[in-house]
Parts: sequence; structure tokens; C-alpha cells
Amino acid sequence: MVASTSASLRIDSRKFHGYELPAPGAPGHRDGARVGLEKPLPEKVGIEASAQLRGKMATAGGGCVADPGSRSLLRLLSFCVLLAGLCEGNSVERKIYIPLNKTAPCVRLLNATHQIGCQSSITGDTGVIHVVEKEEDLQWVLTGGPNPPYVVLLEGTLFTRDVMEKLKGRSGRIAGLAVSLAKPSPASGFSPSVQCPNDGFGVYSNSYGSQFAHCRAFQWNKVGDGLAYEDFSFPIFLLEDENETNVIKQCYRDHNLSPNGSAPAFPLCAMQLFSHMHAVVSTVTCMRRSLIQSSFSISPEIVCDPLSDYNVWSLLKPINTSGTLEPDDRVVVAATRLDSRSFFWNVAPGAESAVASFVTQLAAAEALQKAPDAATLPRNVMFVFFQGETFDYIGSSRMVYDMENGKFPVQLENIDSFVELGQVALRNSLELWMHTDPMSQKNETVLNQVEVLLSTLEQSGAGVPTVVLRRLNQSQPLPPSSLQRFLRARNVSGVVLADHSDSFHNLYYQSIYDTAENINVTYPAGQSPEEDLNFVTDTAKALAGVATVLARALYRLAGGASFNDTIQADPHTVTRLLYGFLVRANNSWFQSILRPDLRSYLGDGPLQHYIAVSSPTNATYVVQYALANLTGKVIDLTREQCQDPSQVPTENKDLYEYTWVQGPLNANETDRLPRCVRSTARLARALSPAFELKQWGSTEYSTWTESRWKDIRARIFLIASKELEFITLIVGFGILVFSLIVTYCINAKADVLFITPREPGSVSY
Amino acid sequence: MTAAVFFGCAFIAFGPALALYIFTIVTEPLRIIFLIIGAFFWLVSLLFSSLIWFTTATLIGNKDEPREKYLLIFGVLISVLIQEMFRFAYYKLLKKASEGLKTINPYEKAPSMRLLAYVSGLGFGIMSGVFSFVNTLSDSLGPGTVGIHGDPPQFFLYSAFMTLVITLLHVFWGIVFFDGCEKKKWYTLLVVLLSHLLVSALTLISPHYGLNLVLAYIIMVLMGVWAFFVSGGSCRSLKLCLLCQDKDFLLFNQRAR
Repeated sequence: MVASTSASLRIDSRKFHGYELPAPGAPGHRDGARVGLEKPLPEKVGIEASAQLRGKMATAGGGCVADPGSRSLLRLLSFCVLLAGLCEGNSVERKIYIPLNKTAPCVRLLNATHQIGCQSSITGDTGVIHVVEKEEDLQWVLTGGPNPPYVVLLEGTLFTRDVMEKLKGRSGRIAGLAVSLAKPSPASGFSPSVQCPNDGFGVYSNSYGSQFAHCRAFQWNKVGDGLAYEDFSFPIFLLEDENETNVIKQCYRDHNLSPNGSAPAFPLCAMQLFSHMHAVVSTVTCMRRSLIQSSFSISPEIVCDPLSDYNVWSLLKPINTSGTLEPDDRVVVAATRLDSRSFFWNVAPGAESAVASFVTQLAAAEALQKAPDAATLPRNVMFVFFQGETFDYIGSSRMVYDMENGKFPVQLENIDSFVELGQVALRNSLELWMHTDPMSQKNETVLNQVEVLLSTLEQSGAGVPTVVLRRLNQSQPLPPSSLQRFLRARNVSGVVLADHSDSFHNLYYQSIYDTAENINVTYPAGQSPEEDLNFVTDTAKALAGVATVLARALYRLAGGASFNDTIQADPHTVTRLLYGFLVRANNSWFQSILRPDLRSYLGDGPLQHYIAVSSPTNATYVVQYALANLTGKVIDLTREQCQDPSQVPTENKDLYEYTWVQGPLNANETDRLPRCVRSTARLARALSPAFELKQWGSTEYSTWTESRWKDIRARIFLIASKELEFITLIVGFGILVFSLIVTYCINAKADVLFITPREPGSVSY
Repeated sequence: MTAAVFFGCAFIAFGPALALYIFTIVTEPLRIIFLIIGAFFWLVSLLFSSLIWFTTATLIGNKDEPREKYLLIFGVLISVLIQEMFRFAYYKLLKKASEGLKTINPYEKAPSMRLLAYVSGLGFGIMSGVFSFVNTLSDSLGPGTVGIHGDPPQFFLYSAFMTLVITLLHVFWGIVFFDGCEKKKWYTLLVVLLSHLLVSALTLISPHYGLNLVLAYIIMVLMGVWAFFVSGGSCRSLKLCLLCQDKDFLLFNQRAR
């Protein structure tokens, strides 16, 4: 197969330049004297004579004669096999496998008591592909098909609880599941989250507000089927690219289909999914195992990591962050959440559940900062963006914990009022509902404070025609929100602004379909990315209205009076933020507000808002720098001064945060004009207090962790029948045995078969 | 395609070479040394031919489809030429070495040139087989088989049988070649070179594996017969061997010495 030699030449010769043969073992080391030691010569004549000549040397060295040469050859062979095996993407591998590159796995998450998510075996799960486009196709997989296990390629619309229950029951016949993205999104909604999000970690429990606990009044997330909180024993992957899905379906049609229900002929098209998770059982178990590993092992194998990241916060008036505020300093808190999730790992578009809310708050922060008397308001305003609220309030519980223990500059007693933005993008007929907590309002003072808060909001909303603020008629619990964690610690007066009065209007809450289309952020066709960036959508205008109301309300709550009507949120800011977070992160505005070394964090698609375990995530950085850009000031410092302002007398590192950002492109579009931005936008650690206190089984704080893994990938290929493989093995054995026999016979009869020509006086030539 | 196919193909491709090694080479260390040196010579020839191919490829520059193919054909032919050149170089080395071996070891009978021809051929064959097949063999361990892009699914079996044929061919070519050099029959070298070129060229018509393989086996049988006669075999000795009349023959042979 010289052609294949030359083909492998192409790759091998490049790898083997400078590669030296391993030294052929002992023969090189043996000196000439011992070369003569051999087993007795095959000729019967002269054996005894030669043995007597060699005498003791023969008996001493006779044993290990054969070893060095064969050992070296074996070593050579195994080295070659190893090297050949390490050749990635060689031509034979490309003939066999088609890797699937645009997939998202489902990974294992653990909390104090349970594990959720999916698991594959460590060598990957292989199964014959079966495309399920309607429910009847499932029968082949579950009972009919003759070649289990199967990997099911499921249409996105069929990814429902009933189908998953059926698949879960017959896990012997299912090797894995690949879900294709449904285009358009399923009309009746799809939410793998539970119907009562963050139950048990809010303010309502069986001992406090039991009529509101566990969503007894009504379910917030009506469409929720709780799939994301189930534990599956087979891997589940999302196929994000339609081209790859078509390739798989084509392979299926070519090889796996058979007429009228008979068994299809081999070779069959199969898929292999690798997503082996290291952590099991619960956070308590995996953290204990990690702790043992890191205490006693030289190279510890940590099995899980807590979900953690950073909260982003800023203040309207700067304060000294090295200390804490006086009790007389009052702060109005404006809060929202930054994160979302979906069934699959690191896919969390979160348009309605997170992005719209924090974009609104960013615009409100910008608007409020522009007020002329912002620096002299009696009360301060703190804008905070909590990370990890999806997973039992990681960010807000940590902030409350830090506030209680004096580790955060603002304390709980400094909080004057609390305004939170819930989901605000899907308003029906301009209505924005104000949710308050009925349990804390049983206290007279709190009731009055909340009344003041609500009326301030209504006054601020009066001047904005695109937003109609509404109170709730009956006493209803608070929706899942960060305010609940603050209420657990102290009776603050707070309100949650949301577009829904009872259940969510979001049909795709915490799912892969909560994208820009869900909140009607669409752009006309044929525009360039720059034009899209600056195109003001209707959603942007609506959210700008909400931001204006919020900014004016915060202004009033902070004690301002004169410039209320001049505060206006800018729809251009809102639309640029929405474009960057939901459509394409790599745009000119985002590039200009980031640090130079974070340039590569912006991809060509939308940003994902999953909290992850390595921090800070791309989205957190972008939010921090956007907040810095919108509320901060460009100051005239050099790069070295900006990175270390302690040398500059007029600047104070405790009051402000200084960042050196890329800046916009210059006129020729060749270079950037970097500048120093001074702002109060900072990051605060958002790691659940359960991990600080090492209470891994805590029911008080969030205990979510994510398992670690080594290898996550998927590929398709053809598999041959077991009979063919067995026949190959038998043929191989046969040839080996046959050649051994023939060689033995020829060798034994070599003297007869190969006659040495007898020339006088010479034994060999 | 899993472990069964891996072991099956490995035994098909390397079984006879392993059998030859176990029964004829392993017993004497000198033969092992010559085997290794032969394998090394083949490797060096591969290195040179790949250097030439690489420099040609770099000099040509941009590579489009027909040029890639011509480059490959050129590479294969150059490789065959250089392999035969190195076989000749090994022959020359062995000629020189046999003098030296006699002085090192006056009591031992040095291996005959025919034996060295066989050992060098086997060295070339084993190394050539390992290099051409080990890459493919390591991929046969995975769960998939060739075919998703339309290639024939018996790829592994074809490769294994082809490797087997090349290994045995190298053994026979070695024997014939060295005999030609000894007896100064230069046409023998030409025939070896041409048949090597023919077998290599046949592998380039890759889709028609069956034809390729059958022709290669025919050439192997012909070369095998030639090598048998060259190394002192004859119809008479074969008949004697098969009819188990060899004992009388041996005694006759020894008396004549």
C-alpha cells in the first residue's frame, strides 16, 4: 500500500522530522565478545564441539539472548503505533468520522440533595441514529428496532415532558439524545424550568407566609415542565447548526431506513456522544471528595465547582469603599438580575428573563447620572445587577450576607427603599405592574413606606405616556426576585416592577428560545451590522420608556425635586445595548468600551448569560464596562496613571474605579484612541455563603455546583455488523496460525529445500 | 471498528512477518541486528524520499487538485527508486561487513549472503508494513468503520492484505536483488525495480481495490517462485521435502561435504 505510505508520508514526515529512532536496546551496548553467544547451531554436526569451546560462557548467557533485539523491535512498533495514534485528523480518521462541532451538551449540576442534568459513559455512548419527527416514530426506538441502543434525533417541538418520560423509562435502548433547534420556536411555549422558580429560597416558607409559599396561590411559570431539573442517565446534546442536522438526517436516510419495517442492512449510521461528568449524588458528596483530594493528593482531581461569578454595582455619588457607610446615610437600591439558563450548558440567551431588565436599568443609570444635581441629592442611589439569581439567588444572598457582616460598604440599615426590575419586555397595553410583599406590609411603618414608594412611582410614571403603572388589587406574593432575599434579612420597603400581573407573560422562560425574537427585537433585512446597531426598534423605545420611569422614580426617592421632568432615558443607548447582548456582541460600540485585553470576549453571535464557574464571565465584564461608560467620565490620564492612580494626587482609588479602555476607532479606521474612564462601577463577589461557611448541605443558601468533565464532543460514523467483525478476527487468527505452521515447516526443512552450492574451499560467499 | 477488527487486521498484516521473525530471526542475535539495520535503511530511504517530496511541494507552491495528484505520483515513484537504491547500499555495506565479521568471530560461521539477503528483505518488509499500516490500524480501534463519505467499507481488510503482500514482496525482492548483485546479473535489479514500481503504481488506482490486490498477489507469487529458485531450491528438493524423503537426502548431503 505504497500510496497510503505516501499519503501518510504527507503527515508523518512532517511529524517525524528530527525524530530519532529509539536506540535499539541492548545490542548496541553489547560488546563484541558476547555477540558470539547464541543458541546451539541447528546443524547436528559439531554441536558438542562448539559447546565445549564456549563452555561456561554458553551456560551463563544462554538465557537472555533473544531479548534485546525483539524487545527493541517491539518498542519500535509500539512507539510507531503510539505516534500514529496521536496523529490528529489524519486522512483515515477523516474517512471514518464526521465531527459535530456546533453542539451544546447538557451537563450535571448538583445542589445540597440532588443531581440534575445528564451523564454519559466515560468512553462515550454510541447508538444507531433514529430520526423522530412525530410521536409514532418513537415506537421503533422503544420496542421495535432490532439494533439497540439508539441515539434519537428529536425534533425541537417534540422535546416535551411526555416524550422524555418515555425515553427515560427505557434507558437500555437509548444511548443518547440529540435535539435539533425548532425553527420557529414552539408556539405554545417551552420552558424547562419549574413552575415555581427558586421555591424554598425566597421569603415565603411554611412558617412565614405559608399561603404564599410553594406557589399555592398560582404558578408563576405556567408553561414550565421542570425538565431541566430532572436527572438523565444518557447524554443529551443540542444541535445548533441546521447544516449539521441535515447531514445527520441524510446519513440516516442513506443507511438506516428500510422498507416496511424490516431490519435495515449494515453498515448503519451511528452517533457517539461524549459528556462524562465527574461529580455524583449531591454537592455535599462532591465537595467532600474534592476536599479530600486537595488535602491528600499531589495532583488533586477536583470533581465539582460552585457556581459563582460577580455582581456588578455602582453608586450615583461615590463613597469610600474601604470602610462602611454611616447609619445616617440612606441609599435607594435599584436592582435587577443578570443571568438566565436553559436545559443545555452555556446556552442562555435570556432575552426577556434577564437582558431586557438589565438593559433598562443601564439606561436608567445613564439617565439619572445626567441629572444636573445628581451629586448633591440627599440620598445616594445604588444600581446593582445580581448574578446567579436563577440558581436560588446566589448573588443577592451573598450581598445580603456581606451587608450583614460588614464586608460591603453599604449596610442593610442604610437601605431606604428597594426598586427591582423583573421581566419588563412583554407588556400588555403599556401596563407595568408594581408587585409588593404582603407579609412585610403587615407592619405599619413598612406599609406606609411602601405606600410612599408606590405613589412616587406613579407620580414619576405620570409624565411618561408610554408606560402605565398599575397596582395589584389583591394581596399576592412577590414574584421570584432578589427583593425576597433582602426581606428575609430585614423588612425593607420594596417593589418589583414587572410586565405580568399574575403568571409570567414569557412563554420561553429560561429556555433556548428566549431570544431576540421573543421580545420582538427584529431588524429589517439588508442592513449592515453598523446600521443594525443604531436602528431603534420598537422594543427599544418601550424599554426606554420604562427606564425613564425608573430613573425619575429613583431621582424622587433620592430626594431630588427640580429636574424630574428633564430626566429621559435614551432609546439609542437601549437599542445599542439590546443589539450587542442579543444579536451580535462584536460591534463597534462594545469594542470601544472594553479593555484591550478583553477584545476577544466578544463573539459574532449573542452573549450567553449563564453564570458558569469561571469568573468573571464575558457578559459580566461587558455589563460592568457598559455601566462604567454610561455613568462614568473620561479623564485625562496616561495609561500608567490610569492603571495605578495612587501616584496622581487628585484621584482616589477608594472612591472610584479607573479603567483603561480601547476607545473608538480613529478617523482612518486603523487605530484606536484609548482613554481612561473613571466610574463607580465595580464587581462584588457572588459566591453563595454556603461555600464560605462550608455548609454544603445548607437549606438557607444556594448550594448549586457544576460538575467537572474532561471531554465533550459528538461525532457520526458508520458501524459494521458484529458478524463481519468476528469474521475479520477469525480470518486474522487463521492467517497467523497458518503462517506459523508453514514457517515452522519450511524452517525445519530449510537444509533440504535450500541447497547451498558447494564451491571448494569456501563456506559462504 | 473495535478491538475485533483491530486484532484481525493486525494478524492479517503482520502475522506472516511475525511467524518469520519468531522462527528464523529471533534464534540468532546477529540476524536480529541485521534485521534492525535493514529496517533502519528503509527508514532512511523514506526520510530522503520525503525530503525530496517536501522540497518539491514547497517549490511548486500553490497546490490545486491535479497538481496534488501528480505530486503524489511523483513522490511514490521517487520513493521506490530511493528504496531500491538503499537496498543496493545495504548490500554494499554487508559485503564490506562480512570481512569484518570474519575477523571478529573466527570460530563462528558468518551468515551467508543469501541469509543476509533474506534478513534484509524481511527488515525492509517489516518496516514498510509497519509504516504503511499502523496509522490505519490505530483508527480501526474506534467504533466507526470507513464509509460515511462513500468509500468502500472493506478498507481495513484491503489495507491489511496489501500490507501483507508488500511485506512478503520485500522479502522476495531482497533475496533476488542480492543474488543479482552477487552474480553481477544487473537485469535482475532492473526487474526488481520495475516490479516494485508496478506494485506501487497499482495502489494509486485506489477505487479498484480488488484488481489491485489480485495483481499484487500474482506478482508476489511470481517473485516468490523466482526467489525460491535463486536461493537454492529446486523442484526436486521441493518434491523430496513434501514426500518426506528428506532424511536420506540429508545424509547424502552431509557425506558429500
